[in-house]
Amino acid sequence: MYSEKLMDHFTNPRNVGDIPDADGVGEEGNPTCGDVMKISIKVQDGRIVDAKFRTFGCGAAIGVSSMVTEMVKGKTLEEALSITKEAVAEALDGLPPQKMHCSNLGADALKKAIEDYRNRQGAK
Amino acid sequence: MRYFDHMATNPLRPEVLDAMMPYLKEEFGNPMSLYALGQKSKKALEEARGQVAALIGAKPQEIIFTASGAEANNMAVRGLAMASKAKGSHIIVSKMEHHSVLNPARMLEKEGFAVTFLPVDKYGMVDPGALEKAITKETVLISVVHASPEVGTIEPVEEIGRIAKKHGVLFHTDAVASAGYLPVDVEALGVSALSLSAHEFYGPKGAGALYLKGGTRIVPLIYGGIQESGRRAGTENIPAIVGMGKAAELAKAGLAERAGKLARLRDRLVAGVLEGIGHVYYTGHPEHRLPGHASFCVEFIEGEAMLLMLAAKGIYAASGSACSSKALKASPVLLSMGISSQLAQGSIVFSLGTDNAEDDIEYAIREFPAVVKRLREISPYAGGWGGVKETGTCIPKN
Ligand code: FES
Repeated sequence: MYSEKLMDHFTNPRNVGDIPDADGVGEEGNPTCGDVMKISIKVQDGRIVDAKFRTFGCGAAIGVSSMVTEMVKGKTLEEALSITKEAVAEALDGLPPQKMHCSNLGADALKKAIEDYRNRQGAK
Repeated sequence: MRYFDHMATNPLRPEVLDAMMPYLKEEFGNPMSLYALGQKSKKALEEARGQVAALIGAKPQEIIFTASGAEANNMAVRGLAMASKAKGSHIIVSKMEHHSVLNPARMLEKEGFAVTFLPVDKYGMVDPGALEKAITKETVLISVVHASPEVGTIEPVEEIGRIAKKHGVLFHTDAVASAGYLPVDVEALGVSALSLSAHEFYGPKGAGALYLKGGTRIVPLIYGGIQESGRRAGTENIPAIVGMGKAAELAKAGLAERAGKLARLRDRLVAGVLEGIGHVYYTGHPEHRLPGHASFCVEFIEGEAMLLMLAAKGIYAASGSACSSKALKASPVLLSMGISSQLAQGSIVFSLGTDNAEDDIEYAIREFPAVVKRLREISPYAGGWGGVKETGTCIPKN
């Protein structure tokens, strides 16, 4: 059902946890069933230098979170914002159609984390 | 491999395969044919009918072979309601039923029948008093599962049988999950119809049966031939039916002993899980349940993720979580028991079978808590739900 790559990210997820002094935190969920993905980022000179996640959801959701946090490291905020759910799914060598929304969760949580960072910056 | 998914399916018992083999090879005759080759198949067919009847205390002529338990359920619900249409147009099914009962009931609803979907308590148990109250002059059929494959609860079928009889209403029970694990006797249960599936008791896939009490009228699902006394057309699947007959014979022998062993293993598993994991709920009825059935809801994590991690350790189980279902909906059975959609996400079901031994259980008790711990480390709810709202189903955003 899942690609080897996804299974790898599911069984050995990268970047699990919270960043205590995060610069931005984004949480996205399926309000209806409680699946939740939380991504925190650390930003330096306009680049994401660290990203961590916590996820309540299926194997695909965990694999997606792991992959998204890997993909954004070292990217500028603009580059990170252009990461689509398709790009995440592709990086995982594909997702079953009914699991595409789990990929969405990842891309959206990341966007929210960046928004949160920008809001905090604006407030300063 | 530690296989704990016996409610999904079972391997063939070797004796069953041996019994089937000749009918997959040289004994290929059609039971309808008058020459010896055909008549041999006919004889095998009738012998199997006798074996299946014996498993449930029925007469051979009361057994209709089908291709699956789902077909037997469809045939019972639709066929009995349709045959009783002149009498009334109300049926009662419980919320514990399999989709193969619920969906035909919904079809009947579209076609003008009134359908009561009977609620259950927190153990998934039907209240016979509430059921009796739901009966009207129009009621022609009641369908309540014998035991739930999802949470193991055994329904008060005998009592429902008495109520049905008192009110002159047909009563069907789905015994797919219970046959081979519990004594199933159609007289004691007081049923007019009962569904069976061969692969649930170590027979082959592709064979099921509907018991239909003598003299009960039914409208067939499949028209076209005089097989099964005109109630189900189509050349009989003789190898599978022979296998079902043999499996039924084996299921009947030593049932009490087998059930006792399964219950002991199950109790050990349940004790081990409840001891080794915090924030876990044992679902279904704690006592009135299938002997090899252990089902739980584990808080703060999701079932599909659990299944995948367990599978990586060679442990095969099942889940009723929304994420693990194709439709991304939590099991309606769990929700109907009042389990929140959040908690239902943590559904996990271990169904034991005769191939399981003590060391399988010990292995599961060792490994399962580690899986839960790992997933909780990943979960944002590690420290508790934190007031998240509880609602409906897992529906993708777009
Ligand atoms: S998180 Fe529910 S299906 Fe992936």
